[in-house]
Amino acid sequence: MGEIWYRFRKNKLALFGFSVLLVFIILALAAPIIAPYDPFQMSTGETLQSPNSAHIFGTDQFGRDILSRIIHGTRISFKVGIISVGISLVVGVAMGICAGYFGGWIDIIISRIIDIMFSFPDIFLALVIMAILGTSLTNVMIAIGIVYTPIFARIARGSTLTVKDNAYIEAARSIGVGDLMTIIRHILPNILAPLIVQITLSFGFAIRSEAALSFLGLGVEPDVPSWGIMLNEGKDWMELAWWVSVFPGLAATLAILSFNVLGDGLRDALDPKLKNESE
Amino acid sequence: MLKYVVKRILMAIPILIGISVIAFFLIRLVPGDTVTALLGVNYNEEQALILRAKYGLDKPLVVQYFIWLKNVVAGDFGNSFFTKEPVLSAIADRLPVTLQLMFMSFLYSIFIAIPLGTIAAIKRNSAIDYGASFLGLLGVSVPNFWLGTLFILFFSLNLKWFPSGGFISFLEDPVQNLRYMIMPSVALGTAVGAVVMRMTRSSMLEVLGQDYIKMAEAKGVTDRRLIFNHALKNSFIPVVTVLGIQMGYLLGGSVVIEKIFSLPGVGQLSLQAITNRDYALMQGCILLVASGFVIINLLVDIIYAFLNPKIRY
Repeated sequence: MGEIWYRFRKNKLALFGFSVLLVFIILALAAPIIAPYDPFQMSTGETLQSPNSAHIFGTDQFGRDILSRIIHGTRISFKVGIISVGISLVVGVAMGICAGYFGGWIDIIISRIIDIMFSFPDIFLALVIMAILGTSLTNVMIAIGIVYTPIFARIARGSTLTVKDNAYIEAARSIGVGDLMTIIRHILPNILAPLIVQITLSFGFAIRSEAALSFLGLGVEPDVPSWGIMLNEGKDWMELAWWVSVFPGLAATLAILSFNVLGDGLRDALDPKLKNESE
Repeated sequence: MLKYVVKRILMAIPILIGISVIAFFLIRLVPGDTVTALLGVNYNEEQALILRAKYGLDKPLVVQYFIWLKNVVAGDFGNSFFTKEPVLSAIADRLPVTLQLMFMSFLYSIFIAIPLGTIAAIKRNSAIDYGASFLGLLGVSVPNFWLGTLFILFFSLNLKWFPSGGFISFLEDPVQNLRYMIMPSVALGTAVGAVVMRMTRSSMLEVLGQDYIKMAEAKGVTDRRLIFNHALKNSFIPVVTVLGIQMGYLLGGSVVIEKIFSLPGVGQLSLQAITNRDYALMQGCILLVASGFVIINLLVDIIYAFLNPKIRY
């Protein structure tokens, strides 16, 4: 553990990503305290104001403070990240471990399901699922969760296959440890490293997907201050007010970038052999 | 080799069947069927029953699936419930736009990514390398729809270099066509370019560390020959795989990009089908996009096997 932390700490870019994410987390947790204005508060006298001392990032077409909406949008993005990645992780890892551990027809069925799910470009599948479920924050999280499930399933299956023939697994089974216990006690802890990296990278995917779905009008409800909704509304006012589209996109890019560099840093720290590949 | 190709094609068949099952049944889960959407506020039970019978929507789902599959195999994807236009011709009309968008994004990404990735690897830890790595990270992180929005803001609204949206066919006016397609292609291709650049760099670094490269260097092979004749070809193998995966991204990403730049492609058509709950059109689009992705992957695997004869699954 100490060695991993040492390797991670040496990676300046990963540390930068980690620090930026910490700031985002603080913003998300303390949004109502930190945000200078109520993100829903409209002000007819202050519509489309360019960045100024009262509104650092300007105001939108309803006179709402963009900075406050971005800060509250952090909550939405991180909530989507946590829940959708949680769904993909739990379902995907369960599928992947079952396929890798039990093999045979279970593996064949699960692997084919994974292959078929992989045949759909992610944003396209998410759009179809959103058409079925209807636009809402909960449904966005479910749709993104389903879309990224096969990635986790494939990683968990591959890692389980390499781990399951190890002597300690055979030893556990020979003394009568049951399948469930073997999986929880011996398989899961040994396939964690690639999963942790994937969790980090998937947060970035989830934030981007939510923004894309909301941007297309098939994401969260229009009154939710999500970065994607802000971009969707901003594009109609671009000619008059660049700030309405620029700042929410900048926030999304910064968050995704931070998750990407953190993911790369974690991969290097957890598995130095892969360092070359991730560079 | 032929045996491998045949085996790989046979492996794609169950996946294509799975896609057809999903394309058909997923759409059936959409709340409110086409008849409800068609009738809108004029909905009444009697008329709905007549229309359902007319479109075969009153039959059991499994029966509907097999009728649909039989027709699809015969090349009949049905008609759009809204425009009455045959689905296949609606898709065929829009496909050239999406294919051009994908092709231009692809070209842009490899023309930038492969030289940049190669130079970054050769000049490891130099300013060029750091710059390229930073651009790569930024490229994978920036959402394509935001990049598209920024392009419109700067290059259309401020500088007035390119039109902000719309389309003119290449056959009609090639120059205008390119003016309309440049911004969408760059917005879509940037992320792909970034991934390919990162892959080229890491793959090149790995190859440059191999013994046969050191051997060639020791024999006095010039740098140019070393890169072009020895390193580049071998470092291409993982790059080809990544490119194949990224083609799927281009296909999916075209939905968003076509919407921003008002391009009349398959992405816009899919979005329109989803919004209108146009069953036949949605099924056609899903089937086309997913099958297109499977076929691209199939081709990538075959190219991969050609490039690396050691690989036979």
